[in-house]
Amino acid sequence: MFSVIFALAMMQQSPPDSAEPVDWDKEFGVEEQARDPQTGEIPVAEYPQSHDNAGAAPMDDAAIAAHFGGREGIRMIAARTVELSENDPRIAAIFIAHDTVRLKRTLAEQFCYLLAAGCDYTGRDMAAAHAAMGVRMADMNALVENLQQAMREHDVPFAAQNRLLAKLAPMSRDVITR
Amino acid sequence: MIAKRGAFIISNLTKRRQMRCMKAFLTPAALTIAVAICPVQTAAQDSDFLPGGKLVLTNATSSIEGSSGGGIATWATIGGLETDRGFGVTGHATIIELPDYGWQSHGIAIGIANRVELSYARQNFDTRNVGAALGLGRGYTLNQDVFGAKLRVAGDLVYGDPLMPQISIGVQHKRNLDGAVTRAVGAASANGTDFVVSASKLLLSRSMLLSATARYTAANQTGLLGFGSGTRHDYAIEFEGSAAYQLSRRAVLGAEFRSKPDRLGLGEDDWMDLFAAYAVTDNLTLTAAYADLGSIATFEDQRGAFLSAQLAF
Repeated sequence: MFSVIFALAMMQQSPPDSAEPVDWDKEFGVEEQARDPQTGEIPVAEYPQSHDNAGAAPMDDAAIAAHFGGREGIRMIAARTVELSENDPRIAAIFIAHDTVRLKRTLAEQFCYLLAAGCDYTGRDMAAAHAAMGVRMADMNALVENLQQAMREHDVPFAAQNRLLAKLAPMSRDVITR
Repeated sequence: MIAKRGAFIISNLTKRRQMRCMKAFLTPAALTIAVAICPVQTAAQDSDFLPGGKLVLTNATSSIEGSSGGGIATWATIGGLETDRGFGVTGHATIIELPDYGWQSHGIAIGIANRVELSYARQNFDTRNVGAALGLGRGYTLNQDVFGAKLRVAGDLVYGDPLMPQISIGVQHKRNLDGAVTRAVGAASANGTDFVVSASKLLLSRSMLLSATARYTAANQTGLLGFGSGTRHDYAIEFEGSAAYQLSRRAVLGAEFRSKPDRLGLGEDDWMDLFAAYAVTDNLTLTAAYADLGSIATFEDQRGAFLSAQLAF
């Protein structure tokens, strides 16, 4: 009995790290996309730019942005949210395939625009940006938790955190697709 | 294609991490233990029986009737930490320490896909010295089973239109195990069924949770003194309301109100409480409240401490 379990376990051993590395790009026919040398972003197909793409109107109270550390604080919170999510086993699989350089920029723009901190949102609308991602409610909750952690790390008061979440929560309509 | 590749790499990495852990248990006898100890992760936790995934505290706590809610009020929330797929489960125990009585209840609830909730609670109401005064015997305990089912029919507590609450309908079938007592106090029946409609919403812009419930019921003291009066079941609509303020992701302060009829002429009062709830971990929520249950079986001013613990997965 034990020897059978042992043999099965041995058979499931992954190949040693020193083995010839598999060229997964070739295996799956993935073509390398060149990043823009200036921005470091992978170019996307053209789309109409509009503030409406941000998914909500900016906050009436521009003072809330100060709790986020202004534009620079908002940029760091957005970047931290993406980094936490890339390393979050619950949702990393969604992020690993995406251009997080661009995502960090557009997410920061969106937060900054919604918090009335004086930014233009240049990203795509929420439905287009999340199409084919297959985001579930549990995934959205995981992202919310990562955003909450990022805001906590930047000492954003809880009530101010919720003001931003209040702007984002109704976007679930366009984000959660299954 | 790229996304698939990403998921593949993750599952590959996870498998390697698991194998590295397995290697630490290289004797055959220890391998079976290793299977139990080494973390088995999947990229999106698709295969877990209890997947979890709700935001902390948004499964609410357990009401005295076993359904997801505040302490004394039922909410539109569905128990368990599951989101729109999989199962969730909660278990709770509650005590209310009153001047003349002692309340103890415990129960479980199962949530299915954040859509359906099935619950059971057992309520034990110790009459202490009142039992002797009423001729029941000192420490006579009234017992009741509550079987509940709840269906979320529309909306979401957190997401969607901020003005569209989560709306649920439910039934609570109550079986009082002390029929002789309920008959003696003049109730028509020892068993009864409540019908509830609830609307609850987390207003993120205000960090407030508001909940309102209409309950169509014939219960006297939630059923502990039976249902109806004389020979009639005389149902009436009663109201339950809760307002709570989020201090942090894990801490909430709030107040609740529950209207109650006085069919038996014993001076039954409306209930209210002030509560504080704290999610000690994502799975354990403790609630402490000051509860004012008014007059119970002519013994007035039943105000005291409400303590409840809920485990949720």
